[in-house]
Amino acid sequence: MVGSIAAIGAGLAVIGAGIGIGHVGGKAMEGIARQPEAASKIQTAMIIAAALIEGAALFGVVVALLGLQV
Amino acid sequence: MDCNQVFVSKVKKVIFVFTLLVAFLSLKNDTFAQVDSAIASPDSILAESAHAVSGEPAATAHGEEKFEPTKVIMEHIADSHVWHLWGHTSIPLPVILYTSGGLEVFSSANFHHGEHDYQGKYNKYRLVTGLKQSMTKDMFNKNIKVVGADGQIDEAASDTVIDFSITKNVAAMFIAIALIVIVFSAVAAGYRKRVGKAPKGLQSFLEPVIIFVRDDIAKPNIGHKYAKFMPYLLTIFFFILFNNLLGLVPIFPGSANVTGNIALTFVMATATMLVVNLNGNKYYWKHILTPDVPWWLYPIMIPVELIGIISKPFALMVRLFANITAGHIIVLSLISLIFIFKTLAIAPVSVAFVLFMDVLELLVAFLQAFIFTLLSALFIGMAVEEHH
Repeated sequence: MVGSIAAIGAGLAVIGAGIGIGHVGGKAMEGIARQPEAASKIQTAMIIAAALIEGAALFGVVVALLGLQV
Repeated sequence: MDCNQVFVSKVKKVIFVFTLLVAFLSLKNDTFAQVDSAIASPDSILAESAHAVSGEPAATAHGEEKFEPTKVIMEHIADSHVWHLWGHTSIPLPVILYTSGGLEVFSSANFHHGEHDYQGKYNKYRLVTGLKQSMTKDMFNKNIKVVGADGQIDEAASDTVIDFSITKNVAAMFIAIALIVIVFSAVAAGYRKRVGKAPKGLQSFLEPVIIFVRDDIAKPNIGHKYAKFMPYLLTIFFFILFNNLLGLVPIFPGSANVTGNIALTFVMATATMLVVNLNGNKYYWKHILTPDVPWWLYPIMIPVELIGIISKPFALMVRLFANITAGHIIVLSLISLIFIFKTLAIAPVSVAFVLFMDVLELLVAFLQAFIFTLLSALFIGMAVEEHH
């Protein structure tokens, strides 16, 4: 029972990450479409933002795994 | 034409290496097919390896051992006193204990995977292998306990024993350090030999990366004082990168989950915290202790800022640990699919997924090294910023 609640918690955390990174990716696409010359700069900034958002989601996964141990 | 000849020779080298790779892989497939021909064999091999790790007497009869993916995955992720290579081959690593009596050094082979107790110079020791291997367990709980005269575990005596063993992660760290020293000594020697000339070989491979760390991470974030912090930033970047990449290699000397060990990321985050706070100038501490807000907000702002000193490195620690460990768990789960379904037919699907995940993991390896270094540089920049 505890295992499935931990899994549900982890899944919810990942939904947040999906929405966040999807948003960032979408805005990056729009920016590149508007100004193709700035494509590499926009791409770098997008990757950095995606890694930080993913860090936040993985916090949730780590807490779910900790909850499993208790 | 000269360019065409160079191109053709390089293509031939690529084809040669590719043929070797395919031959190696097909050889491995043959051995795997032989193993799978006896229906119960994968189960008994897994049963024996589970037995080898957990130290419990497993049913060596064929067929009835259930494959437990959680246990196998956790044992691959966690640290251990034995470096398991393949099948029954393992490298037993030295156990170094500092007891109240003195220093004890012995080989972990004496434990026979947790079956026997070992009578050392001062105490009798037992290797405790729990089924619930956890990531944080390694940091706080001890695996080697002192056994009293009656054969029971003596918790009070175990608490006074400090474990300095060379475990799998420590040995893997030594390998990574040796690799880094070799590579960068070669690069430095190259610069000394070829003063003023174009870089060649390993030098030319690493120079863009080092310049990238200097121009895109250190200079924009730290400003004109960046040179003082370049050694630290380069060290953490390449240490994390080499350990991430070695963790992706499936056989010795790779295959140890070093950066996925929370104790290691804890130490690296502590190092960043020390570097940032020991180099903080007057304005940095002024912003923390007397921020630019109305006085009645101080009871909220000061605790938040003080917690911020700790929470920023904490985020660095958890981010690196979780990313690398999650990647390893995913790859191991996809490989475990083959053992769960007990059929070779799922292998192409599984291997395709694993290849895709490994490419993603390669990206994550570089990205996490970059992000850790970038955020460290950002915090250092905030600490040494001049008043404007």
